[in-house]
Amino acid sequence: MSQLIRVQDLRVVADTDKGELEIVKGVSFALEKGEVLALIGESGSGKTTIALALLGYARRGCKLAGGVVQVGEHDMLSLPENQLQGLRGNRVSYVAQSAAAAFNPAKKLIDQVIEGALIHGLGSRSDLQRKAVDLFRDLALPNPETIGQRYPHQVSGGQLQRVMAAMALISDPLLVILDEPTTALDVTTQIDVLRAFKRVVRDRGATAVYVSHDLAVVAQMADQIVVLNGGKIIEQGSTAALLKGPEDEYTRSLLAAARPDAKLSPASDMVKDSTLLTIKGLTAGYGKKNLQGMPMIRVLEDIDLTIRRGQAIGVIGESGSGKSTLARVVAGLLDPAQGSLTFDGAPLSGDLAGRTKEQFRRIQMVFQNADTALNPMHNVSAILARPLKMYFNLKGKALRDRIHELMDLVRLPRELADRRPNELSGGQKQRVNLARALAAKPDLILCDEVTSALDTVVGACILELLGDLRRKLGVSYLFISHDISTVRALCDDIVVMYSGHKVEEGSRDAFSQTPFHPYTDLLVHSVPELRQGWLEGCGVTSGKLPPISAPSNTPELCTFLNRCPVRVEGLCNKTAPGRRVIAGGSEILCHRDGGELQERQSDLDPVTVGVYA
Amino acid sequence: MNPIIETSTPAVQVRAPRKIAWLGLVGASVCFFWLMIALFGPWLAPHPVGEVVSDNVFENISAAFPFGTDYLGRDMLSRVLIGARFTVGLALISAVLASGIGTMCALLSVVAPKWLDEIISRLMDAFISIPSKMLALIMVSAFGSSEVLLVCTAVLSYTPGAFRIARSMAVNIEALEYVQVARTRGEDRLYIACREILPNMLNPVLTDLGLRFGFIVLLLSGMSFLGLGVQPPDADLGSLVRENIGGLNQGAPAIVIPALAIGSLTIGVNLFIDRLSSRRSRRSGGH
Repeated sequence: MSQLIRVQDLRVVADTDKGELEIVKGVSFALEKGEVLALIGESGSGKTTIALALLGYARRGCKLAGGVVQVGEHDMLSLPENQLQGLRGNRVSYVAQSAAAAFNPAKKLIDQVIEGALIHGLGSRSDLQRKAVDLFRDLALPNPETIGQRYPHQVSGGQLQRVMAAMALISDPLLVILDEPTTALDVTTQIDVLRAFKRVVRDRGATAVYVSHDLAVVAQMADQIVVLNGGKIIEQGSTAALLKGPEDEYTRSLLAAARPDAKLSPASDMVKDSTLLTIKGLTAGYGKKNLQGMPMIRVLEDIDLTIRRGQAIGVIGESGSGKSTLARVVAGLLDPAQGSLTFDGAPLSGDLAGRTKEQFRRIQMVFQNADTALNPMHNVSAILARPLKMYFNLKGKALRDRIHELMDLVRLPRELADRRPNELSGGQKQRVNLARALAAKPDLILCDEVTSALDTVVGACILELLGDLRRKLGVSYLFISHDISTVRALCDDIVVMYSGHKVEEGSRDAFSQTPFHPYTDLLVHSVPELRQGWLEGCGVTSGKLPPISAPSNTPELCTFLNRCPVRVEGLCNKTAPGRRVIAGGSEILCHRDGGELQERQSDLDPVTVGVYA
Repeated sequence: MNPIIETSTPAVQVRAPRKIAWLGLVGASVCFFWLMIALFGPWLAPHPVGEVVSDNVFENISAAFPFGTDYLGRDMLSRVLIGARFTVGLALISAVLASGIGTMCALLSVVAPKWLDEIISRLMDAFISIPSKMLALIMVSAFGSSEVLLVCTAVLSYTPGAFRIARSMAVNIEALEYVQVARTRGEDRLYIACREILPNMLNPVLTDLGLRFGFIVLLLSGMSFLGLGVQPPDADLGSLVRENIGGLNQGAPAIVIPALAIGSLTIGVNLFIDRLSSRRSRRSGGH
């Protein structure tokens, strides 16, 4: 038994206006050499605070109030600051969530990777550079010899995250702390990063603490899981045992919230036959327009979409696929270069100036981030009152009653009416955000990643609320998300976007069995499942793509060509793909037909929808 | 920043909210004090502003003349009490006008069509390229010195800076989602500018106002020091320093007192404004 890390009765307090508040309340755990321990919980559960305490560090306004944090032979809480600095980045290192914010854009990657080790005097520059290249190779970075010569903006987000892991590992630390290292990444990128982390951790026998809110990710990485809530340990145990038989109610709710589509299903009976919104041949983008009126950077290409009354359509795709731009066009924030919008029979102008007050009222947008979507200087009732006054001329008691009604509708306690947004929790803010959209009695709500910034449990509640509201009010949703299981929980039809093109459109059911468009296939299979060993077993291949010669100069070639595992030489790189319907009823944009795709995709694991462990 | 935490603040943090509040209180009382002097100073003054009351010039502090006498043997206390009105009044009017006009133009240029934004911005750029002292000198030599002209000069010199700062903040706020929501709701430009954007940029605008007040006090004092500001027998604090420069080698209170007055005024205003903005931002959840 060699307990490398021992945390005993750790307590951290924060200074507030009302005196000291205990945010970590007596947490104890231990970790052996070579093990990976996961700290899991919602925001505010104290998981990052505990992780930082392992560095002997407390954030501004916080104080390590008591307990023992033993890392190897070092007692982190009793060491003076100058000795702690000798340990940090040397014996204990930290990988932060946002790699993009953690790198200095003005310095080459290799210099930043070895900087810490140089400061600690762990070797000569050339030795460390050699070691960094080895680490790059282990982390499956492309061109490990030369990638270090690049600057942070010249590599992708997933690669940057792996470079940061190299920076943390270069000093051969006793302990690596990974704080939500893949949360900001797309699922398709996350899977590569997780694989790289896992291999490095295993090969080098590193001991790691992995902080995350995502149980499915943790299931792939960790040997032990500690479930936290409100600064206390709710449950801890080995990963397998905890996933199979969670003892605590809270752990069970976390497990359930991880896959909302297992519990929730869309209210498809609300869909009426009349068309609400039609999008035809939509092309839009940003930047200066050329002579033909086409913008320099095209984000959307030739999009057709129809939303019926009462229908919920989900749009999925990775970042940069143009899904948010689609919502912005419908909302009138971006004037399309080509194509037409028709709303309830009448043409819908591309810019705001050309829309009627009634059209403004009937289309409402809910943004992802409730922190920036609510004016911090207005209180809840002022935020809700504005659309009521504007569209319905409500005053006095009628106004107050309607505000209360709306707050009840989104299940927000009435006492919160006088609070400002910063005095509300993340979930409450998102409810205010929704209530404001509902205040206009809209026909169509554009939801842009409304659950992405929320904790899984809170996000699942918001999803449930959205479903209920649809049942009650018959509104339509254009629901944008990067997470296929959220979309499945709410939407009748799903649209998959890739770099501005609609590559697949089909019913919800069509998305639970093969065949798919090759990109959908990648997307669906990249979502981590809640069982151990998924990462090793999942069929998503990385790297081995069929060879293909340089594409011809035809403008409308398939945009997925460079990443497609089923591309065909002489076809995909020469001619533009057409739309075709495959088994299951989806329409895809691909050269391959349903049979061919089925054949190639059927040898993979079937998609497990809502099946755990 | 290096993600591996190298240099970090100690685990035990010392926060100093009380100290800040105390400083703010000092600032507020200094501001209040000078405002009162500006309002009631002339009535408190024991002697008329131009009256020669002593045979001795640069006299030291005494019971009869608490601040001594100036280079002509006039009572310094009276001169300061009356002079403060010019410095505080002119600077306050100019600063409020400069910040107000700058902020209004900034809001206008953010919500207005692009061509109007271009016109306003380029015009302000043109103004910002003229050194303020030079502009002031030209104005005075062209139109002669008067209080209205001094205010105009100060406003003209300091509006473009206020505009630049306010515009850069307004542009950032305009891109935020709550403004986008307001736009998709069909709100008019006036509402977006005044209700959505303005309240969220008021803190830095107020801080900027404080800074600008300080600059304008210094500009006006500088002008007076050159003899181009407020004309005798009236004198603002700057002219008082200039007039009595002859007393510098004797360390006469006649030069120390007005200099101290300028210093305490600008520092007090800045302390007070800092406190105002930190209180406002605490309510809205900022830092």
